[in-house]
Amino acid sequence: MATSPLSMQVDMDDFLPASEEEKAYMVQMRPSSTFFRDGCRRLFKNKVAFVSMIVIILITLSSIFLPMVWPYSYKTQLGVQPGHPVDPSFNNLAPMEYSTTELAAKERGETVFPHIFGTDDHGRDYFIRIVYGTRISLAVGFFASIIVLVVGMTLGSVAGFMGGRVDMVIMRIVDVIYSLPDMLMVILLASVMRETLGPVLEGTVLQAIGSNIISLFIIFALLYWCSMARLIRGQILSLREQEYVLAAESTGAKAGWIIKTHLIPNCISVIIISTALQIPSAIFTESFLSFLGLGVNAPMPSLGSLASEALNGITSYSYRLVIPAIVISLIVLGLNLFGDGLRDAFDPKLNQ
Amino acid sequence: MALLEVKDLHTSFFTDAGEVKAVNGVSFNLDRGQTLGIVGESGSGKSVTVYSIMQILAPAGKIVSGSVKLDGQELVGAGEKVMRDVRGNKISIIFQDPMTSLNPTYTIGHQLIEAITLHTSRNRQQAWERAVEMLRLVNINDPEKRMKQYPFEFSGGMRQRIMIAMALACEPDILVADEPTTALDVTIQAQILELMQKLQKEMGMAIIMITHDLGVVAQLCDEIVVMYAGSYCERGTAEDIFYNPKHEYTKGLLRSIPTTGSRGQKLQPITGTPIDLLNLPEGCPFAPRCDAAMKICIHKAPENMPVGGIHKASCWMNVKAQMEADLAAAEAAREAERAEAARRATPAGIVDDITREVEAELAAEAKAHAEGGEA
Amino acid sequence: MAQANETPLVDVRHLKEYFPVNTGFFKTTPLKAVDDVSFQIMRGETLGLVGESGCGKTTVGRTILHLYEPTDGEVVYDGRPIKNKADIDWFRTKSTMVFQDPYSSLNPRMTVSDIIGEPIDVHHLCDNAKDREEKILQLMDRVGLNSEHASRYAHEFSGGQRQRIGIARSLAVDPEFIVCDEPVSALDVSIQAQVINMFDELQDEMGLTYLFIAHDLLVVRHISDRIAVMYLGKMVELADAEEIYDHPLHPYTKSLISAVPIPDPKIARANKRIPLQGDIPSPLNAPSGCPFRTRCPYAQERCAESMPDFKEVTAGHFVACHRTEEINE
Repeated sequence: MATSPLSMQVDMDDFLPASEEEKAYMVQMRPSSTFFRDGCRRLFKNKVAFVSMIVIILITLSSIFLPMVWPYSYKTQLGVQPGHPVDPSFNNLAPMEYSTTELAAKERGETVFPHIFGTDDHGRDYFIRIVYGTRISLAVGFFASIIVLVVGMTLGSVAGFMGGRVDMVIMRIVDVIYSLPDMLMVILLASVMRETLGPVLEGTVLQAIGSNIISLFIIFALLYWCSMARLIRGQILSLREQEYVLAAESTGAKAGWIIKTHLIPNCISVIIISTALQIPSAIFTESFLSFLGLGVNAPMPSLGSLASEALNGITSYSYRLVIPAIVISLIVLGLNLFGDGLRDAFDPKLNQ
Repeated sequence: MALLEVKDLHTSFFTDAGEVKAVNGVSFNLDRGQTLGIVGESGSGKSVTVYSIMQILAPAGKIVSGSVKLDGQELVGAGEKVMRDVRGNKISIIFQDPMTSLNPTYTIGHQLIEAITLHTSRNRQQAWERAVEMLRLVNINDPEKRMKQYPFEFSGGMRQRIMIAMALACEPDILVADEPTTALDVTIQAQILELMQKLQKEMGMAIIMITHDLGVVAQLCDEIVVMYAGSYCERGTAEDIFYNPKHEYTKGLLRSIPTTGSRGQKLQPITGTPIDLLNLPEGCPFAPRCDAAMKICIHKAPENMPVGGIHKASCWMNVKAQMEADLAAAEAAREAERAEAARRATPAGIVDDITREVEAELAAEAKAHAEGGEA
Repeated sequence: MAQANETPLVDVRHLKEYFPVNTGFFKTTPLKAVDDVSFQIMRGETLGLVGESGCGKTTVGRTILHLYEPTDGEVVYDGRPIKNKADIDWFRTKSTMVFQDPYSSLNPRMTVSDIIGEPIDVHHLCDNAKDREEKILQLMDRVGLNSEHASRYAHEFSGGQRQRIGIARSLAVDPEFIVCDEPVSALDVSIQAQVINMFDELQDEMGLTYLFIAHDLLVVRHISDRIAVMYLGKMVELADAEEIYDHPLHPYTKSLISAVPIPDPKIARANKRIPLQGDIPSPLNAPSGCPFRTRCPYAQERCAESMPDFKEVTAGHFVACHRTEEINE
């Protein structure tokens, strides 16, 4: 018993009863943290996702603000000045090269803003066209995803919540759409709509956007909602089995209340994540269609149409194809990695 | 030498939110043919303890220190090759959920034969025979036919019996049962527990029974380890733990369960809520919920100390009791001394003393004389 | 105890709940989760309902509350049969439910005060935000939750505290009758006693009536006035709590009670269990006649032929067995 702790020197005061405060001091609850804050903490810890997010934000911000401050516009043909003969020296400038007129101006001591990526064959500043094309591509991707989200969420939640016959009909439609070769459908619909929508839009506000983009949106709304609808239906079905939904029912809550307070808030993270992953696929489709000439109307550029135009001069001006291609890749890769990061951070199933 | 010796085992999980000390200094011995119960609530570290012994922890889990000796062989740091041999051959485990521990895409026979051929030198034919024999041993009727069936064709109780058959097919020295009956109904639980007792008698393996159910340990276990929040509260024979608990948590636990006579009365619960393992206090983890908590409990974790026989407990109350006993003894001794001194102060006392001294001397002399005479 | 001539608060009459199950292509078979169950619960009483998983005890609780539309039979609450939508709406302000799983029964995206306040919001029980707030804090106080935690999310609490949140929610409508569906079986032993005591206290203070569903017989015995035993969708025995423990009449009840592990080594080791053969048959493929006959050591031919009546053998002790007298001599 020599080594027994019984024999050690102890302070008798230690053996007085502890007060409630002393005991309470030992069990402090961790500071409150919401689901959202937890998710953000996890997101910012994920380096890849964080860098992707920065890249996407930079690209988005520059595509929004750069055209406002840039001295050139995406549609101005620099060689064409009213009252002057066309100046062909502006066409097909190499990066950082100046036209003869500009060189002359520089000689006079004026400052001339450089053409970072040169100009295209119509004498338009290629850098601002890329920036503008990025803006169009991002906007199309974003709005197309919103459309997919709205259609998919409505149909998916209706199918999941109502069940039975409604569910069966919606899901069979989904099956049919899935069984169609989608690229073929897209091309078919795009070319049909281009013909039919063109005259209808004439003279309306929508004309500025162009029939092609409108038809693009319609295509998304018609075809790409399926996977979103399936996903949300599955979510709703599993959430409906949760005991808290049953608890709400047992207190007499109506369907609207259950959807509003229990179902939607619990699928919102899944919805946001899959929307974030939907954007790159929409951008890809848009670029693809524009590349085929079914996308945005000239002179409006999109990354796809820029790449498509660059094909004509690919031997001498290959950088004009490479630049939009790199931008597309950056955006798509960035959004995909960011979407993955979002899912890792926010999907409740993964972090239980 | 004990079959399994676990000494001062510490295991932690290194998570995003910090280090979770899941097991803090657990020690126990297990002999052949013995049944050890590890009791504790969720998060007490009872499963992590045996997962550490078998080294089947999740990737974030690490054994920080301590020693695990199986048959004298050190397992901590022994390497994956040794552990593979240990798992299945020497230590087998059955899990709580018999629904998920069998692969649904293979037949029962296939899975049994695979387990047997993996760990023994039997060929497939011999393995098949062994598998049928094992199924018969765990009371599954018509085992030849059953071998060809898939897990979904069996009920929960039967699947757990198949898991036991699989675990015992290689005749392990130790069977670890991680809450084997928690997912089962009472009547099925009774069947399984009886089966385990029967098999232990026939095959002589040791059993480590992890459970939160005090009824199960009372029925099955020779020795019991009680755990709370990763710390090792108490260890002793079933009788020690149930009839003479020496840790406040064990006492509280035994008080709080409804018994046959408690109807119409209030139960005596342990107050408060379990402690946050990420935020373990310095002192005894049970102190915040302990009615007898003292100042020392708040800032100093008690060590595990013997309280009689193999019975050990980590609770300052035992130190206090011991100290009070010591104090009382010292007080009694002082009292006796004071009485003595008081007696001596009187002349009669002095005379008395002298007489006694002389008598003692005379007696000693007589004794020496007698011994000398003998020699 | 309630008088025999008093009207019961909950009167369940020949309740049946069948679920259609797809057993083949275009073929459905009814799964008889609850098959002709009748019982009564007096005001202020606790009726324990025990049985093994799949015996239909949870379905009984949910069907009484009309979370499932009963296939047949009726529930009469306080003399009023629950038939149409209006009855159900009225019934739902009188009765609530406490669930087993303190994790899945609380919405992870809601704060504690919103969870507890849900019934208040659904039934518009409070006119303004201040009343609502006050009521929620009062409920939290009643179940022993710290009111500072009202704005926290459920996942920040331990199982026992979460179950308290669930109980506070069920008390928000000031119910008379609560169906407790295994409210303590997911909790740690050291927490169970707290929650059981709370049920006890709430009953004393508010005069609540409980249907207490559980599989832990020690807990049920502690809390219940009477205990009903179910097997495969049918009720096999119903009696006073002490009576059913001391003199179980049905062979299934006998075996069930003997199988309970008693937390006392001497008693547990001396305890003679009455082992049952085999497993519970699937309710889709229930045996003819008495559902228990496939595992019953006393089964005879007539047990396969007809389902025994659920009859009163001694005062207040009901049992459904053909051979009650013979096997209990």
